[in-house]
Amino acid sequence: MNRTTLDLWVGFFVAIGIAALLFLALKVGNLSAGSFANNYAVEASFDNIGGLKPRAPVKSAGVVVGRVASIDFDPQSYRAKVELAIDSRYAFPSDTIATILTSGLLGEQYVGLEAGGDEKMLKAGDTIRITQSAVVLEKLISQFLFDKAAEAPAAK
Amino acid sequence: MRMIANVLRSLGHRAVDGVWRLGFIARFLAMVLLYSGQSFRRVHLTIREIYFSGVLSLLIILVSGLFVGLVLGLQGYETLQRYGSSEALGVLVALSLTRELGPVVAALLFASRAGSAVTAEIGLMKTTEQLTAMDMMAVNPIARVVAPRFWGGVISMPLLAALFSAMGVFGGWLIGVPFIGVDDGAFWSQMQAAVDFRYDILNGVIKSVVFGVAVSLIAVFEGFDCVPTAEGVSRAITRTVVSSALAILALDFVLTSFMFRG
Repeated sequence: MNRTTLDLWVGFFVAIGIAALLFLALKVGNLSAGSFANNYAVEASFDNIGGLKPRAPVKSAGVVVGRVASIDFDPQSYRAKVELAIDSRYAFPSDTIATILTSGLLGEQYVGLEAGGDEKMLKAGDTIRITQSAVVLEKLISQFLFDKAAEAPAAK
Repeated sequence: MRMIANVLRSLGHRAVDGVWRLGFIARFLAMVLLYSGQSFRRVHLTIREIYFSGVLSLLIILVSGLFVGLVLGLQGYETLQRYGSSEALGVLVALSLTRELGPVVAALLFASRAGSAVTAEIGLMKTTEQLTAMDMMAVNPIARVVAPRFWGGVISMPLLAALFSAMGVFGGWLIGVPFIGVDDGAFWSQMQAAVDFRYDILNGVIKSVVFGVAVSLIAVFEGFDCVPTAEGVSRAITRTVVSSALAILALDFVLTSFMFRG
């Protein structure tokens, strides 16, 4: 084998290897859409975060606008402190409502942001004051049963 | 009494021998790194080794990647459809390939396909006294023979692992979408939502680089260290495959426990 064909093969090998890496990065992973280079951190505290995990998406109107950076327990208020990293392309009013929602019946949980009407925008380090906790299925069921039990004598 | 003494003696001999080999392999790695300047200055030496260990391993890597992906697709669908979430098939296939199966299985195949060949080549060179002859001609055998083979393996391994993962994802898609009928859009979009570039893919690439260094080092070391007889070369090849496989799996556990702890 002379050198030129060998070089050609090695070039071909390196090229398809890099193409495979690019395929993994762009098509399999979310390099193009999901990881934001520039973002700002906003805090929100919840009574109950359910099954929310770090790196869960933050969505507004169904569009991914950020990720959950970290989740901590605040021993002073006994609430969950969630840090959200939001893409700096998107600014939200300071009275934005953060809700923990579930995609589908059994899907993963994410933070939904509902923009308010304030003139002032959220800055890095701000706290979202109005939050709504995750819906815990057991609580819903027990509430439903209590309601039924309370209704039963009245119906008689 | 003598038997117990013999057992103790052989145990001690093995322990000392193991420590000696560990020290020698560390010194050998330092020598390879020290003399690897030449394998980049005379780059055709390294390119030749990339051809032998990388390009010639392409076929086995691509075919096994495809089959691993096909099996993952079938098995994953079988389990996921019980929970009515067969759209998550893409997530399952992509995560298991990029995090674990891609680097590990590609490295195991690489060790048995390319690592054993490198050991055999260097071992035979030693047996036929070519290495000594080089030394006589003031050509450093580590710089001329060992370092290009080492770097050829280190460069080939991440590319082969990426090809394995890409081929596996394609295999999973082939089973999931055209064959079983999972929705194409859901397959890709759920995969893209779940697979993170830095957390999953980059960690997989780091794993494959580490495995590449380990396998290449073991392969060139076993060849260089073999007993220069026909039997010694065959033993060295066996040792390459066995200790590479053990090193890959043990390193994989260590790396995984650092990377994906929570």
